[in-house]
Amino acid sequence: MASLTVTDEQVRATPAKLIQPAWVRVMHWINALAMILMILSGWQIYNASPLFGFSFPREYTLGGWLGGGLLWHFAAMWLLMINGLAYLVTGFATGRFRRKLLPITPSGVLHDVRAALTFKLGHDDLTVYNYVQRLLYAGIIVIGVLIVLTGLGMWKPVQLYYLVALFGDYPTARYIHFFCMAAICAFLVIHVLLALLVPKSLRAMIIGR
Amino acid sequence: MAKRSFLIPGVDKRLLIKDAIKTMPDFPRRRFIAGGPSLGALTLLTGCDVVDSSSADTLLAQVSKFNDAVQAFIFNPDALAPTFPESAITKPFPFNAYYDLDDAPDVDGKDWKLEVRGLVDNKKSWTLDELYKLPQVTQITRHICVEGWSAIGSWTGTPLRDFLKLIGADTRAKYVWFQCADKDGYNSPLDMRSALHPQTQMTFKYANDILPRAYGFPMKIRVPTKLGFKNPKYVVSMEVTNDYKGGYWEDQGYNSFSGS
Repeated sequence: MASLTVTDEQVRATPAKLIQPAWVRVMHWINALAMILMILSGWQIYNASPLFGFSFPREYTLGGWLGGGLLWHFAAMWLLMINGLAYLVTGFATGRFRRKLLPITPSGVLHDVRAALTFKLGHDDLTVYNYVQRLLYAGIIVIGVLIVLTGLGMWKPVQLYYLVALFGDYPTARYIHFFCMAAICAFLVIHVLLALLVPKSLRAMIIGR
Repeated sequence: MAKRSFLIPGVDKRLLIKDAIKTMPDFPRRRFIAGGPSLGALTLLTGCDVVDSSSADTLLAQVSKFNDAVQAFIFNPDALAPTFPESAITKPFPFNAYYDLDDAPDVDGKDWKLEVRGLVDNKKSWTLDELYKLPQVTQITRHICVEGWSAIGSWTGTPLRDFLKLIGADTRAKYVWFQCADKDGYNSPLDMRSALHPQTQMTFKYANDILPRAYGFPMKIRVPTKLGFKNPKYVVSMEVTNDYKGGYWEDQGYNSFSGS
């Protein structure tokens, strides 16, 4: 664990370098809110006709009943889509995605996974993402695009029939939508856990430094 | 207007009523969010109790209206719902309503008449025999329920747009409003462009047999471009109108356009 903790001296010694630009921070937190609203209202909708042999606990659903869940889901989707689109455009246009997330090599990922599992993965320089972070962040962007596309396809299976066709058919799109949600939830758990283990990364996502 | 039932599939009735009583009589219209959970996590995140504020209700209702407009804007009257081969038909095709099959309307076809009202030239009522004589087509399409499940069925009947032409309906009007024989007086508005969609059908047969009671005997309006709750069964009247008159589910918070 030693390498994960940072002394006050180290923090003070580090030049006040901007780690997360303002647009990343703003969009990150808007996305966090939108995701949580989408997940909780999505669970409400799922419970109306479960795909599997379980339902989500009522306390963790949003909207009170199916109609309310749908209202929340179709309201928060605008927040998610507009913010997500702005994030993608800015990420590509500023070269941030290329700079921060590439390259992702299998050997690099393997090395960093091993280092992480033995608690030897350093976080001294927060401006450089390790290979595990790169893979997770790039992966969650792809999942995000997938969940929005399957969602749009299910919302308008006639008008946007090509989206549904892309994923097979309506029921298949529904399963993919669910598994993307599950992947996002898994990411959320790991992401929050790591942010708590490396508090300065959380600080950087709030004040930028 | 008659008082409406609280029966909502998938919702714990006791909890819903308990929660609804808490908010009455000040907010009787809030029943669609009244059962909302406290959501500590969400409250912490945003710093305000978004779930338990009537401003959240107002905002959601406004966004829903905005979504109606967006959906009407992207609605393409020429886009057809996918059709399927007979082998794809879901067997058995599910019965679905907010009541049991035993409580479904039991309509006597001999006495039944379809009433036609509103902005139409010919307001005569139609007997079932008269309607059966109209040209009919069969289509196998997917019924998508607001709950998320779907089922493929075979529907035979007269395109609604042909019937609207026949009765001299003003197709510049905004809605065709259907009323049904359900005990709570189910009704639903259908926007005119969806009513004129080539696949929107006055359905008299399911799988080549007279429409069974479970699926809406004697007449169902099958709208493959809408979610299932906007496919009225046991229809007794249609009214061509410019007024938005609400609907059984629409009044409880389901999005009114709900187009697919």
